[in-house]
Amino acid sequence: MRDRTRLLLLGCACAVIAGFFTAACPRLPAFGTDLHRYGDRAVAAALAHQTANVVSSVNFDLRALDTLGEETILFVTVLASTLLLRLARDERKAPPRSERALPTTRLFGAVLLPVALVVGVYVVAHGQLTPGGGFQGGVVLATALHLAYLAADYRVLERVRPLEALDVTDALAAVSFTALGLAGLAAGGAFLENVLPFGTFNQITSGGLVPLLNVAVGVEVGSGLIVLLAHFLDQAVEITEPDGHPHPGGRPHRRPATAPQEDEN
Amino acid sequence: MGVLPFLAAGWVLLTALYGLVTSRNLIHAIGCLAVAQSSTYLMLLGVGYRRGATAPVYGDLEPGSRPVVDPVVQALTLTDIVVGATATALLLALTIQLRKRHGTVDPQALTALKG
Repeated sequence: MRDRTRLLLLGCACAVIAGFFTAACPRLPAFGTDLHRYGDRAVAAALAHQTANVVSSVNFDLRALDTLGEETILFVTVLASTLLLRLARDERKAPPRSERALPTTRLFGAVLLPVALVVGVYVVAHGQLTPGGGFQGGVVLATALHLAYLAADYRVLERVRPLEALDVTDALAAVSFTALGLAGLAAGGAFLENVLPFGTFNQITSGGLVPLLNVAVGVEVGSGLIVLLAHFLDQAVEITEPDGHPHPGGRPHRRPATAPQEDEN
Repeated sequence: MGVLPFLAAGWVLLTALYGLVTSRNLIHAIGCLAVAQSSTYLMLLGVGYRRGATAPVYGDLEPGSRPVVDPVVQALTLTDIVVGATATALLLALTIQLRKRHGTVDPQALTALKG
């Protein structure tokens, strides 16, 4: 398709979307309105279950089944990226070079790495009380570990991240979410129903199942993200280009007709 | 002013669509997709906003003392962000493989299927 035709089509499509969207907007509840029926009910339900952070309560209590789906998407993505970014037959792994970091950067990393890890654990553990939770804390945990890459080099990062163990941890954490749901079933409730004692409001043990699900998700997001980033970093740092391909920025490549085709997969 | 926040979300979506269609680089296109997704965050949070309200977290707030914004759409936005991040990761992985096998990240230069 020619560029002009494409733009013309886009213009028509955008005009239609913009027209319908603008027509729909005035029929939405007014911006900033006081009427939030679902919100008010979610707040009441969260307070009844002694969960201070209503967003966590929605995610891990009221809509826990949806979060199970969300968590499965995350797990499958890590799995799929591992498959997509595995070492192909025509690629080789080169050991990463040792890099020199500025002494101040090194100091910064050494001081901040443990602090960042503690913050990550804190955010996961207090997910039912303060803003945060498993997803956010897991991301903090995973990125904290990569301070080792910034402040030292890739070989140090490889030493502080046990990739095989994290692979297994990721899967176990994903399974444990379902197991906690089944525990609700075994305790005489429904799947993923909050059957544990709710505890005292605003205490770390409050919320029943919410803190446990938070931990399961936190561990899964943390380990999953490290595994995911590891594969991307491997591509950039360790894996060499397959033979006979141009360097980045090159023109579309055509293999010579005589080149063997068996090495492709 | 009433519908302006919603219209802003629509504007972000259309801008991202323009970027997606005119993009000659898949990495850029993935960025545009992320922008398109951020329009849904804007929409959701706009729907959940309540004037004079605070965050729906009662850690240091007496229940009932102040109105809070809608926690349901905030939770939906969180789901949206997680799914968006995973989709971006998968697409980037595909782009890396595409670059290796075809030597290009320009979607228009990809004309033939290849095993």
